[in-house]
Amino acid sequence: MCKDCGCGGDAHVHSHDGQVHSHEHFEGNAHSHSHEHPDELPVSATAETRTVEIRQKILSRNDEQAERNRAWLKAHGVVAVNLISSPGTGKTYLLERTLEGLRDKVPCAVITGDQRTDNDARRLQGRGAPVRQIETVNSCHLDAEQVGRLLPEVAGNGVKLLFIENVGNLVCPAAFDLGETFKIALLSTTEGEDKPVKYPTLFSNAPVAVLTKMDLVPHLDWNAAACRAYLRQVRPGVFIFELSAKTGLGMEAWLDYLVKLTE
Amino acid sequence: MHELSIAQALVEQVEGAAAKEHAIRVVRVVIAVGTLSGVDPEALRSLFPLVAEETVAAGAELFIEQVATRVRCLACGLEAQTDAAFVGCTACGSRDVELSAGRELNIKSIELEVDER
Repeated sequence: MCKDCGCGGDAHVHSHDGQVHSHEHFEGNAHSHSHEHPDELPVSATAETRTVEIRQKILSRNDEQAERNRAWLKAHGVVAVNLISSPGTGKTYLLERTLEGLRDKVPCAVITGDQRTDNDARRLQGRGAPVRQIETVNSCHLDAEQVGRLLPEVAGNGVKLLFIENVGNLVCPAAFDLGETFKIALLSTTEGEDKPVKYPTLFSNAPVAVLTKMDLVPHLDWNAAACRAYLRQVRPGVFIFELSAKTGLGMEAWLDYLVKLTE
Repeated sequence: MHELSIAQALVEQVEGAAAKEHAIRVVRVVIAVGTLSGVDPEALRSLFPLVAEETVAAGAELFIEQVATRVRCLACGLEAQTDAAFVGCTACGSRDVELSAGRELNIKSIELEVDER
């Protein structure tokens, strides 16, 4: 919709002639009306104002790099999952157990992102998978360029499954395509079952959801059925895992699923 | 606050387009932001002028068109607006739907001042 005249249809041309602002809609209903530019700086006598249609994604540079990452992963036979959740959901702990469970079965690798420290990389080391840490410093998400730089060294030697553990944050990482095969959203039982509807950007874009810390359910007023319903409300058909990396509950199904992804 | 990264990417693209058109100044930038894009329009609006400072887009107006989430129902064929937190058909209730709008984060147009000399 045009802000100036309220007319519908997004394809139209604006041109300026003094204070008159005319629109020519592609549907043919040309019209004009006066239009003030209160904040406008003085226009030089020889300057002309014109509107250029662009129609590009704002993150097109990131998206182009993400496509290059995707092509690289495909060419090297690597399935990459982008793990996104709030901080403290247990991504790193789940990865520790997952790497142990897949050891000698599936060649895995991990790229893990945090604002600061390489604590996660150190925790994940020694489990048979190459691990690289990205410190994003002030940034709240990983981007395609950061991941792309690490791909050849971390996922180049016969790796079949790459886990990208994003910065703990339910909002920002959802906006940046890394070139992953798909996103996995994680949610712990201590976070409240309605997170999917509060943060639909992520949960509607993740075909797989993992509910972590299921061992704590007896101690919480947490309703698994309600959580599943919220997940399906924003993502009909979402594939849901319910597990506890601590007790091993549900881990077998999760590991079987990951093995199948790489077959 | 990934809106800062978004604002930087936006200004970068606007600068590129302005250079191509030999513009001396960018007057207005029109973008489309979907309700499922994960971007807060207000945060973007307040960051844009800071990032645009000392570029050809300094002082440009940022106009944000907010795009509602829409789904196309694969059961009854209806294409309609829906709540971002409810991805389903508003008519027949089917959950067999595909998203037709809501993830937009696009530049639509820019208004430039070009010196014709």
